[in-house]
Amino acid sequence: MKITKPAKAGTMESNDIYIMVYPNEKGNEIQLDSIVLKQFGKQIEKVIMDTLKELEVENALVVAKDRGALDYTIRARVETAIKRAIK
Amino acid sequence: MRRSMLYIPGNNPSMIQNAPVLGADSIILDLEDSVSVDEKDSARFLVRNALLELDFNGCEKVVRINSLNTELGYEDIDVIARVKPDALLVPKATKDAIEEIDELISTIEREEGFKLGSIKLIPLIETAFGVEDVFNIVKSSKRVAAVLLGAEDLTADMEVKRTKEGEEIFYARSRIVSACKALKVDAIDTPFTDINDFEGLKRDCQRAKLIGMTGKAAVNPRQIDIINEVFSPSMEDIEWAKRVIAAYDEAQREGKGVFSLDGKMVDAPVLARAKNVLEKAEAIGLIKG
Repeated sequence: MKITKPAKAGTMESNDIYIMVYPNEKGNEIQLDSIVLKQFGKQIEKVIMDTLKELEVENALVVAKDRGALDYTIRARVETAIKRAIK
Repeated sequence: MRRSMLYIPGNNPSMIQNAPVLGADSIILDLEDSVSVDEKDSARFLVRNALLELDFNGCEKVVRINSLNTELGYEDIDVIARVKPDALLVPKATKDAIEEIDELISTIEREEGFKLGSIKLIPLIETAFGVEDVFNIVKSSKRVAAVLLGAEDLTADMEVKRTKEGEEIFYARSRIVSACKALKVDAIDTPFTDINDFEGLKRDCQRAKLIGMTGKAAVNPRQIDIINEVFSPSMEDIEWAKRVIAAYDEAQREGKGVFSLDGKMVDAPVLARAKNVLEKAEAIGLIKG
């Protein structure tokens, strides 16, 4: 899947994550801001990266603002943003 | 057992992940009215992932899909049925819609290797046409496990004012109950929408139970305890039922066909009611089997 335009998904509410995706010529990159960055930053980045891989995306800059989302929410929000970005 | 069915907005992770511990028998993850048109895709993926990954603590998992009048309903079915919810709640249900959804789900169940018929359907009756056709709607698919009355849309369709007393929905409630009893499915009452009026909620539950409703939908977690209490057999009911069964057993031993308890004759319908009370009490853990 090739990202062709910016898109976003999620909210800034508690237990959610706000995801913005942009086309990126340098491959997949993540910029993460989280209320639990120290404890779970690496895990959140891994979930985002794995989701991009599952969706076969190779050119996304993902800007994520996390408010304590569980993995199922992170995966859902990334998938929604990506699918909006390829429409 | 569906005493209480709690609506949860399908695009709210916080509410979704807290829902299983609130005490409701069923959780309705809503993709319809509580989700804005712009967020339908987002809610659909969130609910799908929640069904895949969260522990729902034994609650029945129901998803309210969008109507088949738009493409949204078809997309909901294709994504949600593949992760095997316990049931789909079908808004503004008609016989045609239930039959079509039954076929769509059957195809998905075959493709995914699920047992055929394992995903149930709950028609939401919220139009005058739906009320008049409720018997045929229930009969149109073996998947139908319950009917839920949606009085807000129904009264809008009927062009009448919705009141707390509910006289305007008495006919709809009665007709739904009658169809549900005839076809042996649950009859779930409409939500009580004043979330701060607990006395009113209790009276509304009692009115619904009196005419045969078996449970009620909730729009706020604070409504669950009252709903569960009203739609559970009382200790008085359980004691009465136990005495009926004991009297029946004794009559059987003595070879009596007919017997009485407290001066009243006990016949087959009374015996059936007593057994029903004990089955319900056992199902919710009030007594041991």
